Amino acid sequence: MTGRLRAFLQFWYDFVVGDDWRVAVAVIVALALTYAVSTSSIPAWPILPAAVAFILPVTLWRAARR
Amino acid sequence: MNSSALFIAVFLACAVEAVEALTIVLAAGFGRDWRSAFLGVGSALAVLIAIVAALGPALTAVPLEALRLVVGGLLLIFGLQWLRKAILRATGLKAMHDEAAIYRAELAAVEAAPTHRRGIVKDWYSFTLSFKGVLLEGLEVAFIALTFGANQRNIPLAAIAALSAVVVVALAGIALRAPLARVPENSMKFVVGIMLTSFGIFWGAEGAGATWPGADAALLVLVPAVALFAFALVAVLRRAAAGAVSAKAAGAGSS
Repeated sequence: MTGRLRAFLQFWYDFVVGDDWRVAVAVIVALALTYAVSTSSIPAWPILPAAVAFILPVTLWRAARR
Repeated sequence: MNSSALFIAVFLACAVEAVEALTIVLAAGFGRDWRSAFLGVGSALAVLIAIVAALGPALTAVPLEALRLVVGGLLLIFGLQWLRKAILRATGLKAMHDEAAIYRAELAAVEAAPTHRRGIVKDWYSFTLSFKGVLLEGLEVAFIALTFGANQRNIPLAAIAALSAVVVVALAGIALRAPLARVPENSMKFVVGIMLTSFGIFWGAEGAGATWPGADAALLVLVPAVALFAFALVAVLRRAAAGAVSAKAAGAGSS
């Protein structure tokens, strides 16, 4: 039973998070930051593109080093 | 722009996953038993249809802003995963997806497995192989079709795009009776990665409360910008990989 539950959770982790958990964390942090900034007068739209411009090279660099 | 982008993204994503599922079903059918393989395909499609039928209306009932925040975030994570794999494949740092090689490996595995009957299923192995293959490949597509469709408030168009891709791939598979090794799967994955990432950025930011300059027209800048960035990363990584190879060769020559 524990094995099945673990396999089930592992499936959803692989399905949603994928090969590099840092990508998921970066997206969640960027969304939270966008929400926080959107409540001020500063434009919040550049945050997600900037997060992608940062995290994609980082995750590729980590994969390339292996 | 949005309707055609919705159709293209869902069609390509679905076609790529359908090609992968077809390889598994062909191995189960040719290597073991067609009837059991088809029963597996039918059962998996029934489960997928039930998931779409249950979640589709529920998703359209969710307020658009909340939907865009959650779905945008998930699409962005998915898109970055697809893009990461596609860039690594394009630079040679990850093996290209080779349907012919996967088919040969699957066929060797299914031919070695013992036959086991369960109820109306003559060969349980073929059934479960086809069922799992279609369900797992289909789940991602169902998610993409549902989220794209719900965000655009046009689930029927997303469903038509997904079904069209399945029909095209199935007809090609029936005509060829072989895995679709010549489909430019890696290029298609690259395009889908760019689309998912761009729409994920757009919807995620909107859902989190940001306002895009130019509203929906921002997508006309976002999609090419993400594509250019991905191509630039491919060029940089290729150059770095070539530099590493020549440095290694020079090191071997001097020792």
